[in-house]
Amino acid sequence: MKRLSWFNITALTVGFAFLYLPILILMIYSFNGGRNVAIWAGFSTKWYGELFRDQAFLDAAWVTVKVALAASTFATVLGTMAALVLVRVGRFPGRTLFSGMIYAPLVMPEVITGLSLLLLFISLGVDRGVFTIILAHTTFAMCYVSVVVSSRLVTFDQSLEEAARDLGCSPVSAFRLVTLPIIAPAVISGWLLAFTLSLDDLVISSFTTGPSATTLPMEIYSSVRRGVSPKINALSTIMISIVALAVIGTSIAAKRAAVRAQRDEQAAARATG
Amino acid sequence: MRKWPLIAVPYLWLLLLFLVPFLIVIKISLSDAALSIPPYTPTLDLAAGWAGLRQFLSELDFENYAFLASDDLYWRAYLSSLQIATVSTVLTLMLGFPIAYGMACAPEEWRPTLMMLVILPFWTSLLIRVYAWMGILSTEGFLNNFLQWLGVIDAPLMILNTQNAVYIGIVYTYLPFMILPIYSALEKLDGSLIEAAEDLGCTRTKAFWLITVPLSRPGIIAGCFLVFIPALGEFVIPSLLGGSETLMIGKVLWEEFFNNRDWPVASAVAVVLLLILIIPIVLFQRNEQKQREAGK
Repeated sequence: MKRLSWFNITALTVGFAFLYLPILILMIYSFNGGRNVAIWAGFSTKWYGELFRDQAFLDAAWVTVKVALAASTFATVLGTMAALVLVRVGRFPGRTLFSGMIYAPLVMPEVITGLSLLLLFISLGVDRGVFTIILAHTTFAMCYVSVVVSSRLVTFDQSLEEAARDLGCSPVSAFRLVTLPIIAPAVISGWLLAFTLSLDDLVISSFTTGPSATTLPMEIYSSVRRGVSPKINALSTIMISIVALAVIGTSIAAKRAAVRAQRDEQAAARATG
Repeated sequence: MRKWPLIAVPYLWLLLLFLVPFLIVIKISLSDAALSIPPYTPTLDLAAGWAGLRQFLSELDFENYAFLASDDLYWRAYLSSLQIATVSTVLTLMLGFPIAYGMACAPEEWRPTLMMLVILPFWTSLLIRVYAWMGILSTEGFLNNFLQWLGVIDAPLMILNTQNAVYIGIVYTYLPFMILPIYSALEKLDGSLIEAAEDLGCTRTKAFWLITVPLSRPGIIAGCFLVFIPALGEFVIPSLLGGSETLMIGKVLWEEFFNNRDWPVASAVAVVLLLILIIPIVLFQRNEQKQREAGK
């Protein structure tokens, strides 16, 4: 399959144009001087200025970042533990239920996850707000983290950790000194995935929040329902740029780290074998 | 044993925040709506012991499900969700397959970049990607202005707030989920098989249909399920791009809950949606299982 025909080139061009043109148009129109989004009225950055003067958006942005930082960190710890259980621990009672609970949230419609968590919080009498959003996001994000981390753990040579144990390491320090550095790239990309999932979530946040906390997607949604606004274009442009830079940057760094880790692991395997 | 804390922490977390909430949804779907806080009865009175439990169980019924079955709003919402999800899955396949095929044919050194370009939109907010189409599809939007400037149309087309906009939104949002599994199936495909077919007198087109398509089938199936399953319960896309006549069950559930505040009916809607989803989910798992076994 080495010949790139005209058909292939057309498909790739049309496909990537379809994927990227809408985002590009959105970003271009954030620099539009007029209020009407569709009619170009000269270059201007005034919508960015308006955005930064809008207290509601700034507050929501702060809530969102707080939630995403906390939820992605908890999700990474819990998801890594779950991955270790799935890959390392053999049989234990309730294993099928456990793996079912890890995979089910990945295919569960968000409206159902949101509804069920809200009903739980209400029946427990928990005050809803930032705290409940964090709990909700941690729960669905940990499943994504565990999938990412377990796919790396499967290829990991367990004899390395056994060697560390033979050399007198405690299980915890063997994990910290040997396993963790090797699975680190997967853990980091799991964290990043959890972070963006939390950052983007509208549905589950809307269900699980209370009157005290509004996240950025909720603020965007309620503004967008009233129609297109250049201020939202400006905000979107900022968010897309941050995410794109972060993803490209970490994927380059992760690739380098993975190559290095693979080399170390092979060298260590040669030395122990 | 040291492994027990490792198992217990994530296990208890998921039990409490995934399984128990779901059991509560089932329970409330069997309750009656009431003008109280919380707005449903019966509530379990643990202090009354066995008698309380018996009383509680006797008050549960399937009334809400009977209501779903009798009111044709829900029927039509489920059916139209199934229809919208099916049509958009087919459209996504028709657009996604040629792209995946093009990627698999592309020179090896381009492929990581192409992969990156397919994955990148997945990282940007769904809400923003859907919003981008609002500005393009509206009557005074980019597309209509462009077509009028070209002289193709005289009056602006009504696309936003129709079912067509929902199709565009779903295809756009889930396209990467279709491309990636098909690409990974096509990439593994042995090119010499196609050469052999051509040597034996097949035309390129015939070889494509006889060799390439059947061998990439697991990828096609996986891609279709990865689009169909989330599309069925979608909320954001029909809510922002669809019109009032676009019925999708995710939107109905949302409105039942937030606007009508009928929790028991919203819970029953959720349970039925999940029952419908079990079929494609099981089929998807089986396809994955088969692929894993074939890989060994």
